[in-house]
Amino acid sequence: MSAAMLASRTIFADKAGMAADETHRAIEAVFRIERARLIAGLARVVRDVDRAEELAQDALIVALAEWPVRGVPGNPGAWLMAAAKRRAIDGIRHDAMRTRKHAEIARELDGESDMSAEALEAALDDPLGDELLGLIFAACHPVISPEARAALTLRLVGGLTALEIARAFLSNEAAIAARITRAKKAIATAGVAFEVPRGAELAGRLGSVLEVVYLIFNEGYAATAGPSLVRPPLCAEAQRLGRILAGLMPEEPEVLGLLALMEIQASRLAARAGPDGRFVPLTEQKRARWDQLLIRRGLNLLARVEALGGADGPYALQAALAACHARARTAADTDWTQIAGLYDRLGQVMPSPVVELNRAVAHSMAFGPEAGLRLVDAIADAAALRNYAPLPAARGDFLLRAGRYAEAKAQFEAAAGLSANERERDFLLARAAVCAGSSGG
Amino acid sequence: MRVMVFVKATEDSEKGLPPTEDMTAMFEAMGKFNEELVAAGVMVDGDGLKPSSAGKRIAFDGPSRAVIDGPFAETRELVAGYWVWEVKDMDEAVAWAKRCPNPMPGPSELEIRPFYEMADFGDAMTPELAEREQKLREKLGGE
Repeated sequence: MSAAMLASRTIFADKAGMAADETHRAIEAVFRIERARLIAGLARVVRDVDRAEELAQDALIVALAEWPVRGVPGNPGAWLMAAAKRRAIDGIRHDAMRTRKHAEIARELDGESDMSAEALEAALDDPLGDELLGLIFAACHPVISPEARAALTLRLVGGLTALEIARAFLSNEAAIAARITRAKKAIATAGVAFEVPRGAELAGRLGSVLEVVYLIFNEGYAATAGPSLVRPPLCAEAQRLGRILAGLMPEEPEVLGLLALMEIQASRLAARAGPDGRFVPLTEQKRARWDQLLIRRGLNLLARVEALGGADGPYALQAALAACHARARTAADTDWTQIAGLYDRLGQVMPSPVVELNRAVAHSMAFGPEAGLRLVDAIADAAALRNYAPLPAARGDFLLRAGRYAEAKAQFEAAAGLSANERERDFLLARAAVCAGSSGG
Repeated sequence: MRVMVFVKATEDSEKGLPPTEDMTAMFEAMGKFNEELVAAGVMVDGDGLKPSSAGKRIAFDGPSRAVIDGPFAETRELVAGYWVWEVKDMDEAVAWAKRCPNPMPGPSELEIRPFYEMADFGDAMTPELAEREQKLREKLGGE
Protein backbone atom coordinates (compact mmCIF):
# COMPACT_ATOMS: atom_id res chain seq x y z
CA MET A 1 0.00 0.00 0.00
CA SER A 2 1.43 3.35 -0.98
CA ALA A 3 1.94 6.15 1.46
CA ALA A 4 -0.56 8.26 -0.46
CA MET A 5 -3.21 5.56 -0.21
CA LEU A 6 -2.53 5.20 3.48
CA ALA A 7 -2.82 8.93 3.90
CA SER A 8 -6.07 9.15 1.98
CA ARG A 9 -7.50 6.28 3.96
CA THR A 10 -6.55 8.04 7.20
CA ILE A 11 -8.19 11.23 6.01
CA PHE A 12 -11.30 9.29 5.08
CA ALA A 13 -11.39 7.63 8.50
CA ASP A 14 -10.95 11.02 10.16
CA LYS A 15 -13.74 12.48 8.08
CA ALA A 16 -16.08 9.62 8.99
CA GLY A 17 -15.10 10.05 12.63
CA MET A 18 -15.70 13.77 12.44
CA ALA A 19 -19.09 13.27 10.82
CA ALA A 20 -20.10 10.80 13.53
CA ASP A 21 -18.83 13.21 16.17
CA GLU A 22 -20.80 16.05 14.60
CA THR A 23 -23.96 13.93 14.49
CA HIS A 24 -23.49 13.07 18.15
CA ARG A 25 -23.05 16.72 19.08
CA ALA A 26 -26.12 17.70 17.07
CA ILE A 27 -28.20 15.04 18.83
CA GLU A 28 -26.89 16.10 22.22
CA ALA A 29 -27.78 19.72 21.44
CA VAL A 30 -31.36 18.67 20.60
CA PHE A 31 -31.44 16.63 23.80
CA ARG A 32 -30.24 19.59 25.88
CA ILE A 33 -33.11 21.69 24.57
CA GLU A 34 -35.61 18.99 25.57
CA ARG A 35 -33.95 17.71 28.72
CA ALA A 36 -35.58 19.92 31.37
CA ARG A 37 -39.09 19.44 29.97
CA LEU A 38 -38.43 15.70 29.66
CA ILE A 39 -37.33 15.41 33.28
CA ALA A 40 -40.23 17.59 34.38
CA GLY A 41 -42.82 15.44 32.61
CA LEU A 42 -41.26 12.22 33.86
CA ALA A 43 -40.81 13.43 37.46
CA ARG A 44 -44.46 14.31 37.65
CA VAL A 45 -45.51 10.71 37.01
CA VAL A 46 -42.70 8.61 38.47
CA ARG A 47 -42.49 11.06 41.43
CA ASP A 48 -38.75 10.62 41.68
CA VAL A 49 -36.27 13.14 40.25
CA ASP A 50 -33.42 10.65 40.15
CA ARG A 51 -35.47 8.13 38.21
CA ALA A 52 -36.69 10.88 35.89
CA GLU A 53 -33.11 11.95 35.18
CA GLU A 54 -32.13 8.34 34.50
CA LEU A 55 -35.05 7.79 32.14
CA ALA A 56 -34.21 10.98 30.24
CA GLN A 57 -30.60 9.83 29.94
CA ASP A 58 -31.80 6.41 28.68
CA ALA A 59 -33.85 8.17 26.02
CA LEU A 60 -30.72 10.04 24.88
CA ILE A 61 -28.87 6.74 24.51
CA VAL A 62 -31.68 5.35 22.35
CA ALA A 63 -31.63 8.55 20.27
CA LEU A 64 -27.86 8.35 19.79
CA ALA A 65 -28.33 4.82 18.42
CA GLU A 66 -31.35 5.49 16.21
CA TRP A 67 -31.19 9.08 14.95
CA PRO A 68 -27.91 8.72 12.99
CA VAL A 69 -29.63 5.96 11.01
CA ARG A 70 -33.20 7.25 10.71
CA GLY A 71 -32.58 10.99 11.03
CA VAL A 72 -33.75 13.42 13.70
CA PRO A 73 -37.54 13.08 14.09
CA GLY A 74 -39.81 16.01 13.31
CA ASN A 75 -40.84 16.42 16.93
CA PRO A 76 -37.77 15.34 18.88
CA GLY A 77 -39.31 16.25 22.24
CA ALA A 78 -42.27 13.90 21.75
CA TRP A 79 -39.97 11.18 20.40
CA LEU A 80 -37.65 11.36 23.43
CA MET A 81 -40.64 11.36 25.77
CA ALA A 82 -42.03 8.25 24.07
CA ALA A 83 -38.65 6.51 24.37
CA ALA A 84 -38.37 7.42 28.06
CA LYS A 85 -41.95 6.29 28.58
CA ARG A 86 -41.22 2.86 27.10
CA ARG A 87 -38.29 2.53 29.47
CA ALA A 88 -40.43 3.58 32.43
CA ILE A 89 -43.15 1.08 31.56
CA ASP A 90 -40.62 -1.71 30.94
CA GLY A 91 -39.14 -0.91 34.33
CA ILE A 92 -42.48 -1.06 36.07
CA ARG A 93 -43.43 -4.33 34.33
CA HIS A 94 -40.05 -5.76 35.29
CA ASP A 95 -40.46 -4.72 38.90
CA ALA A 96 -44.02 -5.99 38.93
CA MET A 97 -42.95 -9.42 37.67
CA ARG A 98 -40.30 -9.63 40.31
CA THR A 99 -42.33 -8.38 43.20
CA ARG A 100 -45.85 -9.34 42.20
CA LYS A 101 -46.34 -11.12 45.46
CA HIS A 102 -45.10 -8.14 47.45
CA ALA A 103 -47.13 -5.71 45.40
CA GLU A 104 -50.31 -7.69 45.92
CA ILE A 105 -49.75 -7.77 49.66
CA ALA A 106 -48.93 -4.05 49.68
CA ARG A 107 -52.04 -3.26 47.67
CA GLU A 108 -54.23 -5.18 50.05
CA LEU A 109 -52.65 -3.40 52.97
CA ASP A 110 -52.85 0.08 51.46
CA GLY A 111 -56.26 -0.42 49.95
CA GLU A 112 -55.13 1.49 46.88
CA SER A 113 -53.62 0.30 43.69
CA ASP A 114 -50.06 0.94 42.69
CA MET A 115 -49.54 2.95 39.55
CA SER A 116 -50.02 0.47 36.73
CA ALA A 117 -48.25 0.65 33.43
CA GLU A 118 -51.54 1.76 31.82
CA ALA A 119 -52.09 4.56 34.32
CA LEU A 120 -48.52 5.70 33.80
CA GLU A 121 -49.02 5.74 30.06
CA ALA A 122 -52.17 7.82 30.41
CA ALA A 123 -50.44 10.26 32.76
CA LEU A 124 -47.53 10.67 30.37
CA ASP A 125 -49.87 11.47 27.52
CA ASP A 126 -51.58 14.19 29.51
CA PRO A 127 -50.43 17.45 27.96
CA LEU A 128 -50.60 19.83 30.90
CA GLY A 129 -47.95 22.13 29.52
CA ASP A 130 -46.77 23.46 32.86
CA GLU A 131 -44.51 20.52 33.75
CA LEU A 132 -41.37 22.62 33.51
CA LEU A 133 -42.79 25.21 35.86
CA GLY A 134 -43.77 22.40 38.26
CA LEU A 135 -40.19 21.12 38.20
CA ILE A 136 -38.81 24.60 38.95
CA PHE A 137 -41.19 24.98 41.88
CA ALA A 138 -40.19 21.55 43.24
CA ALA A 139 -36.46 22.25 42.89
CA CYS A 140 -36.92 25.59 44.68
CA HIS A 141 -39.08 24.19 47.47
CA PRO A 142 -38.48 25.92 50.84
CA VAL A 143 -37.74 22.55 52.53
CA ILE A 144 -34.31 22.81 50.86
CA SER A 145 -31.67 25.40 51.78
CA PRO A 146 -31.31 28.27 49.28
CA GLU A 147 -27.81 27.09 48.22
CA ALA A 148 -29.05 23.55 47.61
CA ARG A 149 -32.07 24.92 45.74
CA ALA A 150 -29.71 26.87 43.49
CA ALA A 151 -27.56 23.79 42.80
CA LEU A 152 -30.57 21.56 42.10
CA THR A 153 -32.20 24.13 39.82
CA LEU A 154 -29.00 24.61 37.83
CA ARG A 155 -28.71 20.81 37.52
CA LEU A 156 -32.31 20.00 36.57
CA VAL A 157 -33.42 23.10 34.69
CA GLY A 158 -30.12 24.61 33.53
CA GLY A 159 -28.68 21.20 32.62
CA LEU A 160 -25.32 22.01 34.25
CA THR A 161 -23.19 19.14 35.55
CA ALA A 162 -22.09 19.01 39.19
CA LEU A 163 -18.60 19.96 38.00
CA GLU A 164 -19.88 23.01 36.13
CA ILE A 165 -21.92 24.11 39.15
CA ALA A 166 -18.90 23.57 41.42
CA ARG A 167 -16.75 25.74 39.14
CA ALA A 168 -19.37 28.47 39.12
CA PHE A 169 -19.68 28.52 42.90
CA LEU A 170 -15.95 27.93 43.49
CA SER A 171 -16.79 24.75 45.36
CA ASN A 172 -15.71 21.19 44.64
CA GLU A 173 -17.60 18.66 42.59
CA ALA A 174 -18.11 16.15 45.42
CA ALA A 175 -19.58 18.79 47.72
CA ILE A 176 -22.02 19.98 45.03
CA ALA A 177 -22.98 16.40 44.08
CA ALA A 178 -23.66 15.65 47.75
CA ARG A 179 -25.70 18.84 48.04
CA ILE A 180 -27.81 17.86 45.02
CA THR A 181 -28.34 14.33 46.38
CA ARG A 182 -29.46 15.69 49.77
CA ALA A 183 -31.82 18.12 48.06
CA LYS A 184 -33.40 15.33 46.00
CA LYS A 185 -33.85 13.25 49.15
CA ALA A 186 -35.44 16.18 50.97
CA ILE A 187 -37.93 16.60 48.12
CA ALA A 188 -38.77 12.89 48.20
CA THR A 189 -39.07 12.79 52.00
CA ALA A 190 -41.33 15.83 52.08
CA GLY A 191 -43.46 14.34 49.30
CA VAL A 192 -43.17 17.51 47.24
CA ALA A 193 -45.48 17.42 44.22
CA PHE A 194 -44.00 18.40 40.84
CA GLU A 195 -46.75 20.88 40.29
CA VAL A 196 -47.30 24.60 40.34
CA PRO A 197 -48.85 25.49 43.70
CA ARG A 198 -52.21 27.21 43.53
CA GLY A 199 -54.04 29.88 45.49
CA ALA A 200 -52.55 31.23 48.69
CA GLU A 201 -49.58 28.85 48.56
CA LEU A 202 -48.40 30.26 45.24
CA ALA A 203 -47.17 33.62 46.55
CA GLY A 204 -44.88 32.11 49.19
CA ARG A 205 -43.55 29.40 46.92
CA LEU A 206 -42.98 31.88 44.09
CA GLY A 207 -40.93 34.00 46.50
CA SER A 208 -38.75 30.97 47.12
CA VAL A 209 -38.24 30.45 43.37
CA LEU A 210 -37.35 34.10 42.74
CA GLU A 211 -34.95 34.10 45.69
CA VAL A 212 -33.02 31.20 44.11
CA VAL A 213 -32.81 32.85 40.70
CA TYR A 214 -31.58 36.12 42.22
CA LEU A 215 -29.09 34.24 44.41
CA ILE A 216 -27.60 32.63 41.29
CA PHE A 217 -27.50 36.00 39.56
CA ASN A 218 -25.82 37.76 42.47
CA GLU A 219 -23.22 35.05 42.80
CA GLY A 220 -22.23 35.96 39.26
CA TYR A 221 -22.70 39.71 39.56
CA ALA A 222 -20.98 40.35 42.88
CA ALA A 223 -18.78 37.30 43.21
CA THR A 224 -18.40 36.75 46.95
CA ALA A 225 -15.04 35.03 46.49
CA GLY A 226 -12.43 34.22 43.90
CA PRO A 227 -10.08 36.15 41.69
CA SER A 228 -12.62 37.86 39.45
CA LEU A 229 -15.12 40.47 40.43
CA VAL A 230 -17.88 39.13 38.18
CA ARG A 231 -18.72 35.71 36.71
CA PRO A 232 -20.88 36.49 33.69
CA PRO A 233 -21.79 32.83 32.85
CA LEU A 234 -23.63 32.53 36.17
CA CYS A 235 -25.49 35.77 35.44
CA ALA A 236 -26.43 34.42 32.01
CA GLU A 237 -27.75 31.22 33.61
CA ALA A 238 -29.90 33.23 36.04
CA GLN A 239 -31.15 35.48 33.25
CA ARG A 240 -32.11 32.42 31.23
CA LEU A 241 -34.04 31.02 34.21
CA GLY A 242 -35.68 34.41 34.66
CA ARG A 243 -36.62 34.52 30.98
CA ILE A 244 -38.08 30.99 31.17
CA LEU A 245 -40.15 32.00 34.20
CA ALA A 246 -41.30 35.21 32.51
CA GLY A 247 -42.31 33.17 29.45
CA LEU A 248 -44.28 30.72 31.58
CA MET A 249 -45.80 33.26 34.03
CA PRO A 250 -46.21 36.41 31.93
CA GLU A 251 -48.84 37.85 34.29
CA GLU A 252 -46.80 37.68 37.50
CA PRO A 253 -45.44 41.19 38.13
CA GLU A 254 -42.64 40.11 40.49
CA VAL A 255 -41.38 37.50 37.97
CA LEU A 256 -41.13 40.27 35.38
CA GLY A 257 -39.75 42.66 38.02
CA LEU A 258 -36.91 40.30 38.90
CA LEU A 259 -36.10 39.74 35.23
CA ALA A 260 -36.12 43.50 34.61
CA LEU A 261 -33.75 43.97 37.56
CA MET A 262 -31.37 41.27 36.28
CA GLU A 263 -31.40 42.52 32.67
CA ILE A 264 -30.59 46.08 33.72
CA GLN A 265 -27.92 45.06 36.22
CA ALA A 266 -26.36 42.67 33.68
CA SER A 267 -26.24 45.51 31.15
CA ARG A 268 -23.39 46.92 33.26
CA LEU A 269 -21.30 43.74 33.53
CA ALA A 270 -18.69 44.86 31.01
CA ALA A 271 -18.38 48.31 32.61
CA ARG A 272 -18.26 47.10 36.19
CA ALA A 273 -14.66 45.90 36.23
CA GLY A 274 -11.89 48.25 35.15
CA PRO A 275 -8.98 47.26 32.90
CA ASP A 276 -7.01 46.19 35.99
CA GLY A 277 -9.90 44.06 37.24
CA ARG A 278 -10.81 46.61 39.86
CA PHE A 279 -14.40 47.44 40.76
CA VAL A 280 -15.69 50.57 39.04
CA PRO A 281 -18.55 52.27 40.93
CA LEU A 282 -21.73 53.07 39.04
CA THR A 283 -21.12 56.81 38.85
CA GLU A 284 -17.68 56.30 37.28
CA GLN A 285 -18.58 53.59 34.77
CA LYS A 286 -18.18 54.20 31.05
CA ARG A 287 -21.84 54.30 30.11
CA ALA A 288 -21.02 53.66 26.44
CA ARG A 289 -20.12 50.14 27.52
CA TRP A 290 -23.56 49.47 29.00
CA ASP A 291 -25.50 46.92 26.98
CA GLN A 292 -28.36 48.92 25.49
CA LEU A 293 -30.19 45.78 24.32
CA LEU A 294 -30.47 44.51 27.90
CA ILE A 295 -31.44 47.98 29.15
CA ARG A 296 -34.23 48.14 26.59
CA ARG A 297 -35.45 44.68 27.62
CA GLY A 298 -35.40 45.74 31.27
CA LEU A 299 -37.29 48.96 30.64
CA ASN A 300 -39.93 47.15 28.53
CA LEU A 301 -40.40 44.56 31.28
CA LEU A 302 -40.75 47.31 33.86
CA ALA A 303 -43.43 48.99 31.75
CA ARG A 304 -45.34 45.68 31.71
CA VAL A 305 -44.96 45.36 35.49
CA GLU A 306 -46.46 48.82 35.89
CA ALA A 307 -49.31 47.98 33.50
CA LEU A 308 -50.04 44.89 35.62
CA GLY A 309 -50.22 47.10 38.73
CA GLY A 310 -47.13 45.56 40.32
CA ALA A 311 -44.89 48.62 40.56
CA ASP A 312 -44.69 48.38 44.35
CA GLY A 313 -43.26 44.84 44.52
CA PRO A 314 -39.78 44.57 46.06
CA TYR A 315 -38.18 43.33 42.81
CA ALA A 316 -40.13 45.84 40.72
CA LEU A 317 -38.93 48.70 42.94
CA GLN A 318 -35.32 47.52 42.76
CA ALA A 319 -35.69 47.25 38.98
CA ALA A 320 -37.12 50.78 38.89
CA LEU A 321 -34.08 51.99 40.85
CA ALA A 322 -31.74 50.26 38.41
CA ALA A 323 -33.75 51.80 35.56
CA CYS A 324 -33.20 55.34 36.92
CA HIS A 325 -29.46 54.85 36.48
CA ALA A 326 -29.92 53.14 33.11
CA ARG A 327 -31.92 56.10 31.78
CA ALA A 328 -29.32 58.69 32.81
CA ARG A 329 -26.96 59.46 29.90
CA THR A 330 -24.30 60.70 32.31
CA ALA A 331 -23.88 60.31 36.08
CA ALA A 332 -24.76 64.01 36.45
CA ASP A 333 -28.11 63.40 34.70
CA THR A 334 -29.22 60.95 37.42
CA ASP A 335 -32.68 61.75 38.77
CA TRP A 336 -31.89 61.50 42.49
CA THR A 337 -35.27 62.88 43.55
CA GLN A 338 -36.99 59.95 41.85
CA ILE A 339 -34.46 57.53 43.33
CA ALA A 340 -35.08 58.94 46.84
CA GLY A 341 -38.84 58.45 46.33
CA LEU A 342 -38.34 54.85 45.18
CA TYR A 343 -36.17 54.12 48.24
CA ASP A 344 -38.93 55.56 50.45
CA ARG A 345 -41.35 53.01 48.96
CA LEU A 346 -38.81 50.16 49.06
CA GLY A 347 -38.17 50.92 52.74
CA GLN A 348 -41.87 50.36 53.38
CA VAL A 349 -42.34 47.09 51.45
CA MET A 350 -38.94 45.62 52.32
CA PRO A 351 -37.75 47.27 55.55
CA SER A 352 -34.06 46.70 56.24
CA PRO A 353 -31.21 48.80 57.68
CA VAL A 354 -29.25 48.39 54.44
CA VAL A 355 -32.17 49.79 52.43
CA GLU A 356 -32.36 52.66 54.92
CA LEU A 357 -28.69 53.40 54.44
CA ASN A 358 -29.11 53.49 50.66
CA ARG A 359 -32.16 55.66 51.19
CA ALA A 360 -30.04 58.10 53.21
CA VAL A 361 -27.47 58.25 50.39
CA ALA A 362 -30.22 58.89 47.82
CA HIS A 363 -31.74 61.65 49.98
CA SER A 364 -28.32 63.26 50.43
CA MET A 365 -27.86 63.32 46.64
CA ALA A 366 -31.37 64.69 46.07
CA PHE A 367 -31.80 67.12 48.96
CA GLY A 368 -28.30 67.77 50.33
CA PRO A 369 -25.97 66.24 52.92
CA GLU A 370 -28.06 67.38 55.91
CA ALA A 371 -31.01 65.26 54.72
CA GLY A 372 -28.68 62.27 54.48
CA LEU A 373 -27.31 62.87 57.97
CA ARG A 374 -30.79 63.01 59.50
CA LEU A 375 -31.72 59.63 58.00
CA VAL A 376 -28.42 57.97 58.78
CA ASP A 377 -28.57 59.12 62.44
CA ALA A 378 -31.92 57.33 62.76
CA ILE A 379 -30.35 53.96 61.91
CA ALA A 380 -26.96 54.47 63.60
CA ASP A 381 -27.79 51.96 66.34
CA ALA A 382 -29.17 49.18 64.11
CA ALA A 383 -27.53 45.90 65.07
CA ALA A 384 -27.26 44.82 61.43
CA LEU A 385 -25.09 47.84 60.68
CA ARG A 386 -22.67 47.43 63.56
CA ASN A 387 -19.16 47.07 62.11
CA TYR A 388 -20.63 47.77 58.66
CA ALA A 389 -18.04 49.96 56.90
CA PRO A 390 -20.47 51.57 54.42
CA LEU A 391 -22.32 53.26 57.31
CA PRO A 392 -19.44 55.45 58.59
CA ALA A 393 -18.25 55.84 54.97
CA ALA A 394 -21.63 57.32 53.98
CA ARG A 395 -21.75 59.51 57.07
CA GLY A 396 -18.19 60.69 56.35
CA ASP A 397 -19.27 61.60 52.82
CA PHE A 398 -22.27 63.62 54.09
CA LEU A 399 -20.11 65.43 56.68
CA LEU A 400 -17.42 66.20 54.10
CA ARG A 401 -20.00 67.66 51.73
CA ALA A 402 -21.44 69.67 54.64
CA GLY A 403 -17.99 71.14 55.31
CA ARG A 404 -17.60 69.44 58.71
CA TYR A 405 -14.10 68.17 57.92
CA ALA A 406 -12.85 67.03 61.34
CA GLU A 407 -15.95 64.90 61.95
CA ALA A 408 -15.79 63.55 58.39
CA LYS A 409 -12.15 62.55 58.86
CA ALA A 410 -13.01 60.54 62.00
CA GLN A 411 -15.83 58.72 60.12
CA PHE A 412 -13.61 57.81 57.16
CA GLU A 413 -10.96 56.49 59.53
CA ALA A 414 -13.56 54.45 61.39
CA ALA A 415 -14.82 53.05 58.07
CA ALA A 416 -11.26 52.18 57.00
CA GLY A 417 -10.80 50.31 60.28
CA LEU A 418 -13.89 48.21 59.56
CA SER A 419 -13.13 47.42 55.92
CA ALA A 420 -11.66 44.01 55.11
CA ASN A 421 -10.88 45.00 51.55
CA GLU A 422 -7.47 46.54 50.97
CA ARG A 423 -8.43 48.65 47.98
CA GLU A 424 -11.49 49.96 49.76
CA ARG A 425 -9.37 50.78 52.82
CA ASP A 426 -6.89 52.77 50.72
CA PHE A 427 -9.79 54.66 49.17
CA LEU A 428 -11.27 55.54 52.59
CA LEU A 429 -7.92 56.64 54.03
CA ALA A 430 -7.37 58.83 50.98
CA ARG A 431 -10.71 60.49 51.67
CA ALA A 432 -9.72 60.99 55.32
CA ALA A 433 -6.55 62.70 54.07
CA VAL A 434 -8.65 65.03 51.89
CA CYS A 435 -10.60 66.04 55.03
CA ALA A 436 -7.38 66.72 56.89
CA GLY A 437 -6.16 68.90 54.02
CA SER A 438 -9.44 70.83 53.78
CA SER A 439 -9.63 71.60 57.50
CA GLY A 440 -6.09 72.91 57.32
CA GLY A 441 -4.85 70.46 59.92
CA MET B 1 -23.14 32.98 24.40
CA ARG B 2 -25.04 35.49 22.39
CA VAL B 3 -25.63 34.92 18.68
CA MET B 4 -27.30 36.91 15.95
CA VAL B 5 -29.37 34.87 13.53
CA PHE B 6 -29.88 36.52 10.17
CA VAL B 7 -32.82 35.66 7.96
CA LYS B 8 -31.36 36.14 4.51
CA ALA B 9 -33.41 37.95 1.92
CA THR B 10 -34.91 36.30 -1.16
CA GLU B 11 -36.40 37.75 -4.32
CA ASP B 12 -39.82 37.37 -2.72
CA SER B 13 -38.86 39.18 0.48
CA GLU B 14 -37.24 41.92 -1.58
CA LYS B 15 -40.51 42.43 -3.46
CA GLY B 16 -42.30 42.97 -0.13
CA LEU B 17 -45.14 40.74 -1.29
CA PRO B 18 -48.66 41.32 0.02
CA PRO B 19 -49.73 38.56 2.46
CA THR B 20 -50.97 35.38 0.78
CA GLU B 21 -52.52 32.30 2.38
CA ASP B 22 -49.13 30.57 2.42
CA MET B 23 -47.64 33.50 4.23
CA THR B 24 -50.39 33.51 6.85
CA ALA B 25 -49.61 29.87 7.58
CA MET B 26 -45.88 30.70 7.75
CA PHE B 27 -46.54 33.62 10.13
CA GLU B 28 -48.54 31.28 12.35
CA ALA B 29 -45.76 28.69 12.40
CA MET B 30 -43.22 31.44 13.03
CA GLY B 31 -45.30 32.77 15.90
CA LYS B 32 -45.32 29.33 17.47
CA PHE B 33 -41.56 29.00 16.99
CA ASN B 34 -41.02 32.40 18.61
CA GLU B 35 -43.16 31.36 21.57
CA GLU B 36 -40.97 28.27 21.96
CA LEU B 37 -37.85 30.44 21.93
CA VAL B 38 -39.33 32.68 24.62
CA ALA B 39 -40.43 29.75 26.80
CA ALA B 40 -36.93 28.28 26.60
CA GLY B 41 -35.35 31.57 27.65
CA VAL B 42 -33.41 31.72 24.37
CA MET B 43 -35.03 34.74 22.73
CA VAL B 44 -33.42 38.08 23.50
CA ASP B 45 -34.52 40.15 20.55
CA GLY B 46 -35.73 39.88 17.00
CA ASP B 47 -37.55 41.67 14.22
CA GLY B 48 -38.23 41.81 10.52
CA LEU B 49 -36.74 44.34 8.13
CA LYS B 50 -38.38 46.07 5.20
CA PRO B 51 -37.03 45.31 1.69
CA SER B 52 -33.80 47.02 0.73
CA SER B 53 -35.80 49.43 -1.49
CA ALA B 54 -36.55 51.22 1.80
CA GLY B 55 -32.86 51.19 2.80
CA LYS B 56 -29.84 53.37 2.20
CA ARG B 57 -26.11 52.72 2.15
CA ILE B 58 -23.35 55.07 3.15
CA ALA B 59 -20.13 54.36 1.26
CA PHE B 60 -16.86 55.51 2.86
CA ASP B 61 -13.69 56.29 0.98
CA GLY B 62 -11.20 58.31 2.95
CA PRO B 63 -12.97 61.52 3.91
CA SER B 64 -15.80 61.14 1.39
CA ARG B 65 -19.25 59.76 2.19
CA ALA B 66 -21.60 58.77 -0.60
CA VAL B 67 -25.24 57.92 0.08
CA ILE B 68 -26.64 55.13 -2.10
CA ASP B 69 -30.39 54.53 -2.23
CA GLY B 70 -31.83 51.02 -2.22
CA PRO B 71 -32.87 48.59 -3.59
CA PHE B 72 -29.57 46.72 -3.68
CA ALA B 73 -28.77 44.10 -6.26
CA GLU B 74 -27.06 41.21 -4.48
CA THR B 75 -30.23 39.75 -2.92
CA ARG B 76 -28.49 36.75 -1.35
CA GLU B 77 -26.30 39.03 0.74
CA LEU B 78 -29.20 41.06 2.09
CA VAL B 79 -30.93 40.57 5.40
CA ALA B 80 -34.71 40.34 5.81
CA GLY B 81 -34.83 39.88 9.56
CA TYR B 82 -32.86 38.87 12.61
CA TRP B 83 -32.96 37.37 16.06
CA VAL B 84 -30.61 37.70 19.00
CA TRP B 85 -30.45 34.44 20.94
CA GLU B 86 -28.71 33.55 24.18
CA VAL B 87 -27.56 29.92 23.91
CA LYS B 88 -24.97 27.64 25.53
CA ASP B 89 -23.00 27.04 22.33
CA MET B 90 -23.20 26.99 18.53
CA ASP B 91 -24.58 23.43 18.59
CA GLU B 92 -27.61 24.64 20.51
CA ALA B 93 -28.03 27.60 18.15
CA VAL B 94 -27.94 25.22 15.16
CA ALA B 95 -30.46 22.89 16.84
CA TRP B 96 -32.86 25.81 17.34
CA ALA B 97 -32.31 27.16 13.83
CA LYS B 98 -33.17 23.75 12.34
CA ARG B 99 -36.54 23.94 14.13
CA CYS B 100 -37.37 27.25 12.51
CA PRO B 101 -40.12 27.02 9.90
CA ASN B 102 -38.89 28.03 6.45
CA PRO B 103 -39.28 31.80 6.67
CA MET B 104 -39.75 32.21 2.92
CA PRO B 105 -42.05 30.70 0.28
CA GLY B 106 -39.07 29.25 -1.65
CA PRO B 107 -35.56 28.14 -0.69
CA SER B 108 -34.05 30.39 1.97
CA GLU B 109 -31.21 30.60 4.43
CA LEU B 110 -30.47 31.46 8.05
CA GLU B 111 -27.00 32.54 9.10
CA ILE B 112 -25.81 32.30 12.72
CA ARG B 113 -23.03 34.60 13.91
CA PRO B 114 -21.71 34.66 17.47
CA PHE B 115 -21.05 38.00 19.16
CA TYR B 116 -17.55 38.82 20.32
CA GLU B 117 -17.11 38.40 24.05
CA MET B 118 -14.27 39.45 26.34
CA ALA B 119 -13.54 35.76 26.99
CA ASP B 120 -12.74 35.29 23.28
CA PHE B 121 -9.55 37.24 23.79
CA GLY B 122 -8.46 34.93 26.60
CA ASP B 123 -4.93 35.49 27.84
CA ALA B 124 -4.17 37.62 24.79
CA MET B 125 -6.30 40.32 26.45
CA THR B 126 -3.83 41.55 29.04
CA PRO B 127 -4.90 44.36 31.37
CA GLU B 128 -2.64 46.72 29.39
CA LEU B 129 -4.27 45.75 26.11
CA ALA B 130 -7.73 46.02 27.62
CA GLU B 131 -6.90 49.49 28.88
CA ARG B 132 -5.55 50.50 25.49
CA GLU B 133 -8.71 49.19 23.88
CA GLN B 134 -10.83 51.14 26.30
CA LYS B 135 -8.84 54.32 25.64
CA LEU B 136 -9.33 53.73 21.93
CA ARG B 137 -13.06 53.32 22.45
CA GLU B 138 -13.11 56.63 24.34
CA LYS B 139 -11.13 58.34 21.59
CA LEU B 140 -13.57 56.99 19.04
CA GLY B 141 -16.25 58.90 20.85
CA GLY B 142 -17.55 56.13 23.03
CA GLU B 143 -18.75 58.57 25.65
